Amino acid sequence: MPSPQAYRRIYVWELPVRAFHWLNALAIVTLGVTGLLIGKPFSVSYTQEASFQYWFGTVRFIHFTAGYVFLFNMIFRTYWGFVGNRYARWDTFIPTTKAAFEEIVEVLKIDILQTRVKGLIHIGHNRLAGLIYFVTTFIFFFQALTGFALYGPMSRSILGKLAAWVVPLMGSEMVVRQWHHAMLWFYVLFTLVHVYLVFYHDYVEGRGTTSSMVGGWKFEREDLLDH
Amino acid sequence: MLGGQPTLWKVMQDKGYDRRDFLQFCTFAAAAAGLGPDASAEVAKAFEKKARPPIVWLHFQECTCCSESFIRASHPIVADVLLDAISLDYSETLQAAAGHQAEKCKADTMKAYAGKYILLVEGSVPTGEHGVYCTIGGRTAEDLLQEAAAGAAAIVAWGNCASYGCVQAAKPNPTGATPIQKLVGKPVINVPGCPPIADVMVALVTHLLMFGRAPELDAQGRPKEFYSRRVHDTCYRRPYYDAGLFVESFDDEHARKGYCLYKMGCRGPLTYNACALTKWNGGTSYPIQSGHGCLGCSESGFWDNGPFYRHLPAFPGFGIESTADSVGLALGAATAVGVAAHAISTNIRKRQVIHDQVAEDVKNTPKSEKVD
Repeated sequence: MPSPQAYRRIYVWELPVRAFHWLNALAIVTLGVTGLLIGKPFSVSYTQEASFQYWFGTVRFIHFTAGYVFLFNMIFRTYWGFVGNRYARWDTFIPTTKAAFEEIVEVLKIDILQTRVKGLIHIGHNRLAGLIYFVTTFIFFFQALTGFALYGPMSRSILGKLAAWVVPLMGSEMVVRQWHHAMLWFYVLFTLVHVYLVFYHDYVEGRGTTSSMVGGWKFEREDLLDH
Repeated sequence: MLGGQPTLWKVMQDKGYDRRDFLQFCTFAAAAAGLGPDASAEVAKAFEKKARPPIVWLHFQECTCCSESFIRASHPIVADVLLDAISLDYSETLQAAAGHQAEKCKADTMKAYAGKYILLVEGSVPTGEHGVYCTIGGRTAEDLLQEAAAGAAAIVAWGNCASYGCVQAAKPNPTGATPIQKLVGKPVINVPGCPPIADVMVALVTHLLMFGRAPELDAQGRPKEFYSRRVHDTCYRRPYYDAGLFVESFDDEHARKGYCLYKMGCRGPLTYNACALTKWNGGTSYPIQSGHGCLGCSESGFWDNGPFYRHLPAFPGFGIESTADSVGLALGAATAVGVAAHAISTNIRKRQVIHDQVAEDVKNTPKSEKVD
């Protein structure tokens, strides 16, 4: 007879998903810090010829390199959404069923009204998190698109050329720069809320949310699993 | 095919220019069009034989700074010949005729050379209130534009007004100022700038006269030879940008040293123009060389991207002093406060959460183990 409170270990995040997550985190932090510097470089006093120094050029180089990493990482994750396990698949991001919407309401209650966790919350991304990541993906690609539209004129990169249509669409490069810069703050807010909610859900659910992005395992009460 | 129209060479002779002046002009024209030194002979041949097409120059919502710029081109013959003598069959500002005479002159030109004349447009066209904000001779600007554009061989939009609407089209655009390319169903050569560089204007007209067709244009209809590079990439202060050495205020040590004006709101990194190459007033200087940042006057909507002296424009909907950074910082602080409050609230009810978890642990466990 199984113990009523036995927990089952479930391999939720495959290695490619974890690798994506941390590479993405690294890219975003790098892009954010260098992006803020590009938007508002600090003041440097220098007595020698300008040609002996290149710090701002280096900051921009790091930003552009991280931009490439960020974009291709996102493209890879999109691909993995079609071939990965069921916790990584695209349909965990788009709520279609009644149960999914009920779960969104349930998670909102847990997060905002701080009600008790009852019943089964999706062991992968909970349905609310999935939906938010889905919306976030568009902002990620918007950022990549505006970034490469701004980068295009100063490089021979094919990606820059592919994004060239963004500038006339948005009006001028100034507008593109404005929104590319403004969206930087989305990442700041996102990171704040994201990290906090990971800790919070780990605490109220007790399913090992935080460590799951390192080891890949999550835990679910045996009695709540229907199989 | 242009019956009655003399060749350029003929006009110059009539004006009293000699052969040497003519050849100098041809060399300038070849250079302006980006051709090699050998090409000046070809250009001379073309101007000796080809009848020059008539030019109709229309003025709508504008300040005439484009015309002012044009007549100050570094090669005087060009303005003299192109405007004064040759081809200006109609221009409200520069023509000698007035009133009905002038209107008749234009009508005759457009009729006699339908499909052959070059149309140069200065200024945007107001479309609000059926175009009453700009009328000439009792007709609206749009009406006049459509009539002239219908028979034009080539249409050139002079300046930011005709290309993008400039200050008239700045929010909230009360007159409905509209750029030329949005009104005519034909390709338009955009020569943006407020005003455009005189030598760029002259080079373009020369190109049209010489080859009878537009030069290579980019996606926004601008001649690539002048608008394919950013002011930033051709700026002599660029090394200071890469070195991260910036002017912090207009009267500081860095400004005296001629550091990069990026932090003073210079729009050079976002502006496509030839200022840093051709410079202004016969190659004398250009804004950045004079210690002032670029305003981006050849870019679409540059009036709405202010303030001019700040790197980031004001953020829409949050007042003139707010940048994306100030809005973002406020939102970030609000979020941090919200997170902290949430964490405190969670901590207050932790007894209940932990109780639930402990209950899970001990539920249904044998009594003997529960004692502990």
